[in-house]
Amino acid sequence: MLKLELRNVVKRFGENTVCNGISLGVEQGQMVCLIGASGAGKSTVLRCINLLEPIEDGEIFLDEEDISIPGLNPQNVRSKIGMVFQNFNLFPHMTAFENAILAPKRIRGLSKVDLNAEIEMLFERFELTERMHNYPDQLSGGQQQRVAIVRALAMKPEVMLFDEITSALDPQLVGEVLDVLLQLKAQGMTMVLATHEMQFARQAADKICFLKDGKVVEEGTAKEIFNTPKQAETKAFLERALK
Amino acid sequence: MPKYKAAGMTRRELYEHQQRRRSLIIAGISTICVVVTIIFLVPLAPGWEKVQKSFFNGAVLTKTFPKLLDAFRVNIMIFAWSAPAIAILGLMIALARDAKSPALFPLRIFGAAFTDIFRGVPVILTVYLIGFGIPGLGLPRPWNSPFIWGSLALILTYSAYVAEIFRAGIDSVHPSQRSAALSLGLSERQVMKDVILPQAIRNVVPSQMNMLIALQKDVSLLSFIGPVEIFRQAGVYKSLFANFTPYVGAAIIFLIVTIPATRYADYLMARQMRERR
Amino acid sequence: MSKKMIVSAVALALLATNAFAGGHCASGKTLEKGKFTIATGNPAYFPWVMDDAPESGQGFEAAVGYAVAKEMGFAKEDVVWVRSSFDEAIQPGVKNFDVNMQQYSITDERDQVVDFSVPYYTAPMAVLVGASATGTAATIEALKNLKWGAVGSTTAVQKIANSVKPNNAPLLYADNADVNAAITANQIDAAMFDLPTALFLSAVMIEGSKVIGQFPSSESDDADQFGMLMEEGNPLKSCVDTALNSITKSGILASIEAQWLQDTTGVPLIK
Repeated sequence: MLKLELRNVVKRFGENTVCNGISLGVEQGQMVCLIGASGAGKSTVLRCINLLEPIEDGEIFLDEEDISIPGLNPQNVRSKIGMVFQNFNLFPHMTAFENAILAPKRIRGLSKVDLNAEIEMLFERFELTERMHNYPDQLSGGQQQRVAIVRALAMKPEVMLFDEITSALDPQLVGEVLDVLLQLKAQGMTMVLATHEMQFARQAADKICFLKDGKVVEEGTAKEIFNTPKQAETKAFLERALK
Repeated sequence: MPKYKAAGMTRRELYEHQQRRRSLIIAGISTICVVVTIIFLVPLAPGWEKVQKSFFNGAVLTKTFPKLLDAFRVNIMIFAWSAPAIAILGLMIALARDAKSPALFPLRIFGAAFTDIFRGVPVILTVYLIGFGIPGLGLPRPWNSPFIWGSLALILTYSAYVAEIFRAGIDSVHPSQRSAALSLGLSERQVMKDVILPQAIRNVVPSQMNMLIALQKDVSLLSFIGPVEIFRQAGVYKSLFANFTPYVGAAIIFLIVTIPATRYADYLMARQMRERR
Repeated sequence: MSKKMIVSAVALALLATNAFAGGHCASGKTLEKGKFTIATGNPAYFPWVMDDAPESGQGFEAAVGYAVAKEMGFAKEDVVWVRSSFDEAIQPGVKNFDVNMQQYSITDERDQVVDFSVPYYTAPMAVLVGASATGTAATIEALKNLKWGAVGSTTAVQKIANSVKPNNAPLLYADNADVNAAITANQIDAAMFDLPTALFLSAVMIEGSKVIGQFPSSESDDADQFGMLMEEGNPLKSCVDTALNSITKSGILASIEAQWLQDTTGVPLIK
C-alpha cells in the first residue's frame, strides 16, 4: 500500500505546462528525492501534493484516498502533510516558539499546558531550546530552517515535503539541516524532497526520481540512478551535477 | 611625528574631523545669513508695520490664546473618537475588497464604490452634505447633532484612504508567507488574522501616522456645520478684533501637536527603510 | 423721441456739473479719480441689496450708497460696486474699495484696525427660532434653554454670550445660509441676527420659523450700529461722515429706511 501516490498529474500556469503527467509512488517511511534542473517541475509537484496549487488533470492519493477532488476542503489534507520551503518563510512577527505553536493551537485542540510541553519537547529534540524565544531575524539561516521544520512537525504530519530547503543556506550551515532530515528518516517519517544536494540524495534516498520538462524521466534506487542510469538525459544531468 | 598621530586619530579620522568642522562652519554661516536677511529685510517692507499689527499682535494673542486652547479640546475630542472608528472601518473595507467568497461579492462592490466615492469628493463637501443633509431628514435630538454627522463624514472619508493603505500593506506581505501558513493547515481567515494582517499593519504604521496628522487638521472642517472648535473660535476673535492674530495663535497650537507627530512618522518611515535594506 | 434725448442730455450735464462742484471734498481721495467705489457682500442679501444687484440702487444699503455718493457729488454712473469678504476688508494692505458696506457693526476693537463712518443704521438684535421653538416666550429665562446658533463673524456671538448666556454652548457658522441649514435640520432652536435680516430670513428663507423678540435699544451699549468700513486713516472718512450726517438731517436716510426696511415695531421686546 502506497502512503502517497500521484497519477498522471498535470499542472499548467497559463500556457506553460509545468507538470506534464507525473506519476509517483511513495511508501510509508520512504525518503524520495526529486532531482532535476531548475524549472523541471520539482517544486510544483510538492506544491500540488500540499494542494497549494490546484491540478488540471490526474489524481493524488493519500492513504488511497483521492485528495485532489476539486472543491475538497484542503485544510484536513494540509494538516497531515507538512511542508518546508527554500526561504524558510517563518512568520517574522512571531518568536520561533510562537511560529511553531500557532497552527496546533488553532487546529489541534489540545490543552495549552499539553501543547506547550509538546512543542518545547520538539525544540529540545532539535537542539533549539536556547533559541526558542528568539525572533527569526535573530537566528542564523540554518537555525531558521530547523525552526521551520519544527513548525511543520508541530502539526504531527504523516508526510513531510521539503522544497530545496538547503538552497538558500551558506555552505557551512547545510550540514545541520541535512542532519535533521536523517534524524527524521531514522524515526520513520515519510518524506519527499526536491533537492540539488546530490551527495545527500545518493546516501540517504530510498528512491530517486529524475524530472525533466514536467515529466519523470527515470526513477529507481540511488544506486540505480547514480551508478547505472538508463536514460541518456539522466546521465547527462548527473554528469553536469556531479562535476 | 605626523599631526594625526599626535591627536590620537588615524589619518582618515583626522580628515573626516576636518571635513565635519568645515561643513559645520559653512552651514552656520549660511544659516546666520538667511536669518539676518529675514530679520532685517522683512521689516523694511513698506507694509510690515501693518502686517505685524494685524497678524502678530502680542496683545491680541495673549487675550485669545487661552480660549483657543480651550477650543482645541473640541478638536481633540472629535479626533479621539474618529481615529479608532476610522481604523476599524478602514480595515473592514480593505478586507471586504479582498474578500473571495461569492457571497461577499456585494461587499466587494460596496468596498470599491465606497473608496472611489469618498476619495473623490472633497472632505468639506462630504462634511456639508452629511452634516446638514442627514439631520435634515428629521432625526430627533440629540441624534441630529453636527458632532455625530460631521464626525461620520470624516470617518467615511478617511476610512476610504486608510482602507487603501491597509490594502497596500496586505499586498506588501510576500505571498510565500501565505503559502507557509496555508501549508500548516490554517484556514484563509486564520492566515489573514494571524499571519498577514499583523505584518501588513506593521508595514503601514508610518503611512497611517501621516493620515492621523492629516485628520487632526481636517477636524477643523467640522466648524462649517456648527461646532466651535479652534478654527471657528479663532474666526470669531478675528471678527471681534478685526485682526488675524488669532489664526496665527491657532496655527501655533496645531504645530505644537503636529510637528512632533510628523517627526515621529518620519522617524518610523526612516527606520522601516533601514530595515528593508 | 428727440425731446426725451435732449432732456436726458441736459439732466446728465447737470449731474456732471454737480459732480464737479461737489466732488471737492472727495477729490483726489478716492481709489480711482472721479469714481466712488463701494464694496458689498458676495452674495449681498435682501433687504440690504435686492437681487444681489447693487447697481440697481434697490435695497437699503444700495440706496444709502447712492445717496451718500450723490451727497458727496458723485453721479450715479461714477459709483463702482465691488465685492469683498470681511477678511479682505480687514487685511493689511491696499484695499479695492473706498467704503465697504455690509452690515458691519461698529466696535471699539475693530475701530483700532479700520475706520468706520458714523452709523447709517442702528439695528436691534433679534431672535429667530425654528418651527419647533415658535412657542418660546420672549424672556431671557426661556431663551437660555434653547440651543443657539449664529454667524461666527458677527457681533451676534457676543450678544448671545453676554445677554442670553445660554445653558448650552452655541454652534457657530460661516454665513446666513449655513445657519438656515442648521435651523432646518433642527440642529439649533434659535439664531441671533440683526432684526431686518431676521425678519427677511423668517419671511422668505426658513419655513415655519418666527422672529419671537428683539432686544430693547436701551441696552444700547452693545446695540448694533452699522457703519461704512474704510481703511485705517482713510482721508475720505470726513467727507463720508459729512454726507451721512447731511442725509440723516434732511430725512433722506429715514425715507430710505422706511422704503426698504420693514416696520419692526411689531416684534415684541425681550424681557
